[in-house]
Amino acid sequence: MTAADENIQFHTIAILVNNEPGVLARVIGLFSGRGYNIESLTVAEVKHSENLSRITIVTSGTPMIIEQIKAQLERLVPVHRVSDLTVEGPFVKRELALVKVRGSGENRVESLRIADIFRARVVDSTNSSFVFEIVGDTGKLDAFVNLMAPLGLVDVARTGVAAIARGAAAL
Amino acid sequence: MAIKKLTGAEIFLRVLKDQGVDVVFGYPGGVTLSLYDEIYKQNRLRHVLTRHEQAAVHAAEGYARSTGKPGVVLVTSGPGATNTVTGLADALMDSIPVVCIAGQVPTALIGNDAFQEADTTGITRSCTKHNNLVKDVDHLARVLHEAFYIATHGRPGPVMVDLPKDVINARGVYVGPDKVRIKSYQPRVEGDIGLINRAVKLMAKAKQPIIYAGGGVINAGPAASACLEQLVHATGFPCTLTLMGLGAFPASDKHFLGMLGMHGTYEANLAMHHCDVMLNVGARFDDRVTGKLDGFAPKAKKIHVDIDPSSINKNVLVDIAIVGDAGRVLEDMVKAWKSTQAKAKALKSWWRKIDGWRAKKCLSYGNNGKLVKPQYILQRLQAEIKDRDVYVTTDVGQHQMWTAQYIHFEKPNRLMTSGGLGTMGYGLPAAVGVQIAHPEALVVVVTSEGSLQMNLQELATVDQYRLPIKILVLNNGYMGMVRQWQELFYGKRYSESRYQGEPDFVKLAEAYGIMGLQAERPDQVDGLIKKMLAHDGAVLANLRIDPTENVFPMIAAGASHHEMILGPKEPDLAETGEDVVLA
Repeated sequence: MTAADENIQFHTIAILVNNEPGVLARVIGLFSGRGYNIESLTVAEVKHSENLSRITIVTSGTPMIIEQIKAQLERLVPVHRVSDLTVEGPFVKRELALVKVRGSGENRVESLRIADIFRARVVDSTNSSFVFEIVGDTGKLDAFVNLMAPLGLVDVARTGVAAIARGAAAL
Repeated sequence: MAIKKLTGAEIFLRVLKDQGVDVVFGYPGGVTLSLYDEIYKQNRLRHVLTRHEQAAVHAAEGYARSTGKPGVVLVTSGPGATNTVTGLADALMDSIPVVCIAGQVPTALIGNDAFQEADTTGITRSCTKHNNLVKDVDHLARVLHEAFYIATHGRPGPVMVDLPKDVINARGVYVGPDKVRIKSYQPRVEGDIGLINRAVKLMAKAKQPIIYAGGGVINAGPAASACLEQLVHATGFPCTLTLMGLGAFPASDKHFLGMLGMHGTYEANLAMHHCDVMLNVGARFDDRVTGKLDGFAPKAKKIHVDIDPSSINKNVLVDIAIVGDAGRVLEDMVKAWKSTQAKAKALKSWWRKIDGWRAKKCLSYGNNGKLVKPQYILQRLQAEIKDRDVYVTTDVGQHQMWTAQYIHFEKPNRLMTSGGLGTMGYGLPAAVGVQIAHPEALVVVVTSEGSLQMNLQELATVDQYRLPIKILVLNNGYMGMVRQWQELFYGKRYSESRYQGEPDFVKLAEAYGIMGLQAERPDQVDGLIKKMLAHDGAVLANLRIDPTENVFPMIAAGASHHEMILGPKEPDLAETGEDVVLA
């Protein structure tokens, strides 16, 4: 591990943007064009009346790079607000995954048992498969998926992280 | 009463009128025919036909940089739009306000690989400050006004608007510029007064200060340059400028140390290296300026004034960062300096050091009398133009650096050069834009045979509009800067940097209806320059120069300011440490 690597931090950034054509391409293009990392990205409209979407990006870099990322995002014309949740106080971070497990016998029962422990729900079932729905932070989802791997895991769909600050203040 | 609806083409012209635009640079095509028809029907707006869309953007850049007003470009879809990419990227890097309007295939055909279709907004997204595809004629006026607002507010830059043919032909509602407000884009122009006071305090305590200013001061308007001059005189600090900043402070002022950076002067770079307080106004710590980052001004407290928050702490961590317009901040700084009656520490010993560095005369060169030295040509040109108000454009490479070193810019907006992107082919079309903006002024292009041939077709534009541009070609038969690096760093292996075969430039000029001149010997230089400047039309002057001449001083890529190479014969003369005694 080099000295630069040791300085790498993960930040969750919330961005309020105009919901207009090309806005996501602008944000993603900024990251790829300037060589920044995207660990996770989610986007959806959050305020239809004002035509606003919210993008949540989990990114990594040195403190100087993270500052640059925020400054570069703020510079984009359709961006209203950039909030670095990681530095602005406690925040809640959630991700949803749909996990398909195929199998029979003891493995099938075991997968159900683990799902119960993780408070995952069965949202689809056949004689030979389950689809579980699980919500939590990234670490919890990783753990669940890892446990399912030997039990017949065949497919995973994850939403990426949505995050919001704790407390009364809004973005 | 029903609101009167206008066609998209009429709206386009109305926007240009309300924005005070009187010239557009462009090239027509299939989908912009209706716009051109509208241009034909009126006499207010002037259209300048270039011979290539890239040149139209460079012309708009030259127009913008020499006037402070946005340059406007009109091109067609597909290749018309893709040809603008280099120009837009150039304008983005150098913060030049340009509004580029491109035609697009009808909305119903977008995505169908129609004739002359290109994903213009997709292609230009990363080489513009902002861009937009207009799909509804009722949004057209707003989007165009917004384009002008974005191009000229905050850090200036190019904005592209993509106009489908059916939108140009449809009828819609016009809104004026006063109705336009972009909620999500309101750049800060006033600097934080608390930070400005802290900066002034720091400056007052400095023993070895320096002011390092860049293109941001020029973009902030002539008043900003005047404030810079006031600040320098109030403080008595030395001042150096970036390539993009030349002219923001008078070159003849004794406080001026010349340009800094890779080919900057010895005194400017050593003053940067040894300073204890650095005030950077409107420059961005570019790698060509800083050299090796961890060796950059190691002892300095750094103050950075920039209108773009993303420029701050991007390359160099600073101690005080002031976000704001260079002119406003400089004005407040001068006020703060005067009102706190801050007095600079006695700077005598600092100036003594600087004078020691100056005494090196780092821009001297050997003049052997047989071959023409490019430095000599530029010195002669400088002598001839020093009492005139001259606009100079350059291309990119050795001749560009020599121009920056030997031509003295006393006023802002007088040097047009491609700094950030380093676009060969910029000079001639930029001069077209400058001459259109200043029909009576003397406009000189300093270029080389390599760069000139990258947009040679613009000689036809020069001819068509009878633009009396003086084109000075420093012809060494090489891509000079490439050749220089190959000589210094690649064992003199001159891979593909020699032009074998070139046109007869005099005949070429004459073929375009332009006066052609040629010189090969030093004793012909003076006569050639005089003849060129005396002619009332365009001139292309081809000067054969010493092909082995290199640009010095030089900081090699990845070296620090104090590790300069001063000249070909004395590579070790530069200071290597604190204790080196200077002549």
